[in-house]
Amino acid sequence: MPKIMSLDELKNLRDKVKNQVDLREKGEKVEQMAVIRVAMATCGIAAGAREVMNFLAEEVAKRNLNNVVITQGGCMGYCYAEPTVEVKLPGQESIVYGHVTKERALEILEKHVLGGEMIEGIIPVGHKSLDE
Amino acid sequence: MSKYTMHILVCGGTGCMSSHSIEIVENLKKYIAKTGMQDIVQVLRTGCFGFCEKGPIVKILPDNTFYVQVKPEDAEEIIKEHIVKGRKVARLLYTDPTTERHISDSKHMEFYKKQMRVALRNCGFIDPTNIEEYIARDGYAALAKVLTMSQEDVINEVKKSGLRGRGGGGFPTGLKWEFAYKNKSDQKYVVCNADEGDPGAFMDRSILEGDPNSVVEAMAICGYAIGAQKGLVYIRAEYPLAIKRLEAAIHSAREYGLLGENILGTSFSFDIEIRFGAGAFVCGEETALIHSMEGKRGEPTTKPPFPAASGYWGKPTNVNNVETFANIPVIFLKGADWFNKIGTEKSKGTKVFALAGKINNVGLIEVPMGITLREVIYDIGGGIKDGKKFKAVQTGGPSGGCLTEKDLNTPIDFDNLIAKGSMMGSGGMIVMDEDDCMPAVAKFYLEFTAEESCGKCTPCRVGTKRLLEILEKIVAGKGTEGDLVTLEELGNTIKDTALCGLGQTAPNPVLSTLKEFKAEYIAHVRDKKCPAGQCSALLSYMITDKCIGCTACARNCPVNAITGVVKKQHTIDQSKCIKCGACINKCKFDAIIKG
Amino acid sequence: MAQVKVTIDGITLEVPKEYTVLEAAQKANIDIPTLCYLNLHETSMKSNKASCRVCVVEVEGRRNLAPACVTPITEGMVIKTNTMRVLKARKKIVELLLSDHPKDCLVCTKAGDCELQNLVEKFGIRNSSEINKGEQSTYPIDQSYSLIRDMDKCVMCRRCETMCNQVQSVGALAGVERGFKAIVGTAFNKPIMETVCTHCGQCVAVCPTGALTERENIDEVVKAIANPHKKVIVQVAPAVRVALGEDFDYPAGSIVTGKMVAALKQIGFDYVFDTDFAADVTIMEEGAELVSRIEKVLKRETDVKLPILTSCCPAWVNFYETQFTDLLDLPSTARSPQQIFGAIAKSYFSEKMNIPKEDMVVVSVMPCLAKKYEVERPEFNHDVDISISTRELARLIKQMNINFESLKEAEFDRPLGESSGAGIIFGTTGGVIEAAVRTAYEKITGESLEKIDFYELRGFEGVRTATVKAGDLEINIGIAHGLKNARMIMDEIRAGNPRNLHAIEVMACPGGCIGGAGQPYHHGDGEILQKRRQALYKDDVANEIRKSHENSEVIALYDTYLKTPISEKAHALLHTYYKAQERI
Repeated sequence: MPKIMSLDELKNLRDKVKNQVDLREKGEKVEQMAVIRVAMATCGIAAGAREVMNFLAEEVAKRNLNNVVITQGGCMGYCYAEPTVEVKLPGQESIVYGHVTKERALEILEKHVLGGEMIEGIIPVGHKSLDE
Repeated sequence: MSKYTMHILVCGGTGCMSSHSIEIVENLKKYIAKTGMQDIVQVLRTGCFGFCEKGPIVKILPDNTFYVQVKPEDAEEIIKEHIVKGRKVARLLYTDPTTERHISDSKHMEFYKKQMRVALRNCGFIDPTNIEEYIARDGYAALAKVLTMSQEDVINEVKKSGLRGRGGGGFPTGLKWEFAYKNKSDQKYVVCNADEGDPGAFMDRSILEGDPNSVVEAMAICGYAIGAQKGLVYIRAEYPLAIKRLEAAIHSAREYGLLGENILGTSFSFDIEIRFGAGAFVCGEETALIHSMEGKRGEPTTKPPFPAASGYWGKPTNVNNVETFANIPVIFLKGADWFNKIGTEKSKGTKVFALAGKINNVGLIEVPMGITLREVIYDIGGGIKDGKKFKAVQTGGPSGGCLTEKDLNTPIDFDNLIAKGSMMGSGGMIVMDEDDCMPAVAKFYLEFTAEESCGKCTPCRVGTKRLLEILEKIVAGKGTEGDLVTLEELGNTIKDTALCGLGQTAPNPVLSTLKEFKAEYIAHVRDKKCPAGQCSALLSYMITDKCIGCTACARNCPVNAITGVVKKQHTIDQSKCIKCGACINKCKFDAIIKG
Repeated sequence: MAQVKVTIDGITLEVPKEYTVLEAAQKANIDIPTLCYLNLHETSMKSNKASCRVCVVEVEGRRNLAPACVTPITEGMVIKTNTMRVLKARKKIVELLLSDHPKDCLVCTKAGDCELQNLVEKFGIRNSSEINKGEQSTYPIDQSYSLIRDMDKCVMCRRCETMCNQVQSVGALAGVERGFKAIVGTAFNKPIMETVCTHCGQCVAVCPTGALTERENIDEVVKAIANPHKKVIVQVAPAVRVALGEDFDYPAGSIVTGKMVAALKQIGFDYVFDTDFAADVTIMEEGAELVSRIEKVLKRETDVKLPILTSCCPAWVNFYETQFTDLLDLPSTARSPQQIFGAIAKSYFSEKMNIPKEDMVVVSVMPCLAKKYEVERPEFNHDVDISISTRELARLIKQMNINFESLKEAEFDRPLGESSGAGIIFGTTGGVIEAAVRTAYEKITGESLEKIDFYELRGFEGVRTATVKAGDLEINIGIAHGLKNARMIMDEIRAGNPRNLHAIEVMACPGGCIGGAGQPYHHGDGEILQKRRQALYKDDVANEIRKSHENSEVIALYDTYLKTPISEKAHALLHTYYKAQERI
């Protein structure tokens, strides 16, 4: 580790390592966050959930979205529609999208999460997974 | 960048570690690996969450799930259910004692609702062994900011914050820094007092275990402010985990150039060494601490001279306690004006307390100054165990006094507690219920102070011993009313004449219980009764006519003091009875009473 | 000096701002009682641990009572030393001390000299339940040839510790244990004989109670005198005669030689001799050794080294045998005057008087406790049988029903009673080396020394140096008194002797033998040491013979018996050797 030689270098390092605790900080106030949960059970991973999740995580970091949390969820029972992505905006019911590809993930992020308008491909669900 | 989308935090404080939290971490990692998600689910050991009553704690983020009393064998279920299937493990969630409902998010727990974590801001949140996590939480940004300020401005900011020493004395920190700053010398020292010695207190240990970098950063800030290049942490050797984490923090800080020569490219150089103490209570007194660090006998000397003028090896030295230091970076990050809005008029900020005794939620809490004892005991602490009646609370450890029901609405701050005959101390808070005998409590504390007295000055060396002897007599049923007069007179003399804080405050538990619970003392010496039913010498057990003659008591009496025929009322031979209480526990008919 | 105005018990006065409350009160003639505090002015002995709390006073604006001995005064300070609160607290403190103190004051060695007892009397403390309740600390009694440690009587004033560490740098005593069990002890609780203790006894000299006392040998003296088959010979060291009077209410500095000799004769000693005689012999030997070493070093011979260190002080000998084991070739091999006397008494005098040495008992009266230890050194074969201190002599005189003041002055017996002024000044710091220089000067130059007083060697500074000219030769002299000062000078020698010192005099006790641990207690009054010292110089001047080599009995001793200094016979009788002592 090269020594930090200035305030700027310290800031750069802080920005670089920020995401190590970012998830936790967002988790502390998760009710004020837009939560994007990618189902990461075996079925989901087999269908490409990992790529979708990584993609979303990178996008969120790139855009420096402080109010969006990317996390993973378990199998929601929609194995036919994997990868599935659940979106929960603050104060709203959660919405689950099926057959999410990278392209569709981008759309979900931009339109639903940031724009507040739902897009096609919603799986009608009855249960809430974010609250017990 | 981190690809983790889920963090599992496991408490790695000493308490939870002794309840196998290391195995929990290992098992969690093992089962994560089995699911193949080790690259997206991070398991890490943090510092103390404070809710020690229900440890070990496991917290899952970002969905903020707070699992309590987790065992290593629960790891598999947590992974399989929560992580893989997204279903929370209900049986590991905290159950609210009043509503009897599971609470998943710790924010909704009464224990955390009224807390405000400033000194403990990173405890239970970051990996204390990873300096980058500290930096990610704006760590060392306060130091960076300070290095652009003048020394006077730094000191003024601390003065403005209103921060007072958290080690017990409550002396204004900024003023202390100013004294050390103004004393010119070629060499000065910053000393961190980590010789936490109050029975049951572990605030400083938890901070060092959970967020050692905050102390390192604060010491460097202090070093810059007063003009010192050298810092020393005096820590008791019986805190091995805190020492390990502090050593690691110092080591990484050096690696990152945050300690050592020319910090952050400035002309300021500062480094820290650790000094081990042998665990003597008196070495928390700053002059005794300095002597101990010099390799001398750990005993105090009269102040003045204060360490700010003549401390370690005669050089100007600023001694602050761990918790005091832990507040410093926040003051510079958020500003003195942010800090001084918290608390009361003369006591700013928050205070960490170690809640212990007959209280439901034993643990470590941080609350804003000005909160009432009632809120701490009943809201955060969850009230008295087993629905018993509150009797008293001892604040300030063995140097403090007992506060009672009438003091419960007192806002907690330095001056209020002193006005009520106790003190803030370093933050020990021991709650007593109706079963606690106050002369016995006073005896307990005196045993501690008499043992921990360094033996230097007469009032403390001989006086505390004599106080203790009288208390021993009283609880043994051999006290006289004259003894109560002696207790008070001797106690006041010790308070008035002892050399250091230890001796001057040693009589407090006696004097305050004598004041608040005089009747209980009189019952002991005049009536030879212990109203709380604790002093075995003053108790006798009796079998009432509720006895149906089941013989359970007689069969369980270890000294065969109970006789009687089957189906007839039994009797206890008082000359044989050793007052162990075994008979009461065995009697199913409430037929045995003690009094 | 900047002055500060303070008010004590209503008296307003101006005192230097460096003063403590105690010093300011003293200036106002207010006697605040003290116990642990001891300031032996003009020496480095100052013990102000503020541990006893007897001197507490009320300071306006302060929450607690303040210990007067360490509380600095401030401008406008208002102090009250005799309020009800102060009196009560003070009394309670002494009662607490008494509650953990044996009550065998009647038979305590320190009775009459006990500072705790004085406080009890002053405060009017009576035998009450307060002082009789509670556990008492008990410790086994530990003793050396010189002193007795009865820690049951320790009040933790720590004066002995200050003395042993700060003044003497010996480090045999330190506070150990804590709380009620806290006590001044030795390393690992070893017997004092197994420690680095030099037996200088300065701890005894400053102990306020009977916790540290001398090992008494009076009874053995009485027994010897009572034995008709024994000839009992006594020698008296120079510093005794200027201090003994204090125990008979003479002012400090009174020279009571004549009455002392008379008393000794009345006690029943067969011969009353003077250690000063032996001191003169010491100078003959040590002076010759100094001259010989200087000559050899000048000739670049390497079998001897400089500087030469004096060896008359037995505590100093113990000190270098434990602390400077790498420099044991530096001290003079001449025995101390006490032992030189013993050796001469049991050879020369024994032969001359035809008294078999087995029938002789040689007693020494010394200002010193380390001499008791020296007597027991195996290499000296008990040439001196018993050594008693000045204090013990005073006690013995009283036991023998002698009215000291009314005694008619008497003179020392011959031959071992004749002495020079040089022998007399052995009793003060700087005296031994001055005596040596008076003789060495004449030996080196062959001229008679006119200016006998070497003022440059006198004084009270802890470490002093001076250069004395003897013809062409410049002798650089170092003087140290108090073992910490000795350590400083020895460290310098170890580091290569940058000041090129040729001869060094060391005395273990502050002030030299006048401040010896066997002298009447000074109770912290440094003036007393000065007066004793002045008395010695006065006695020197009063003597017709002021150079050791002019002592006619010494001349006779060499002519008829030893031949020359450092002769083979002189060497066998009057010299010794040193060995390293591994101690903790």
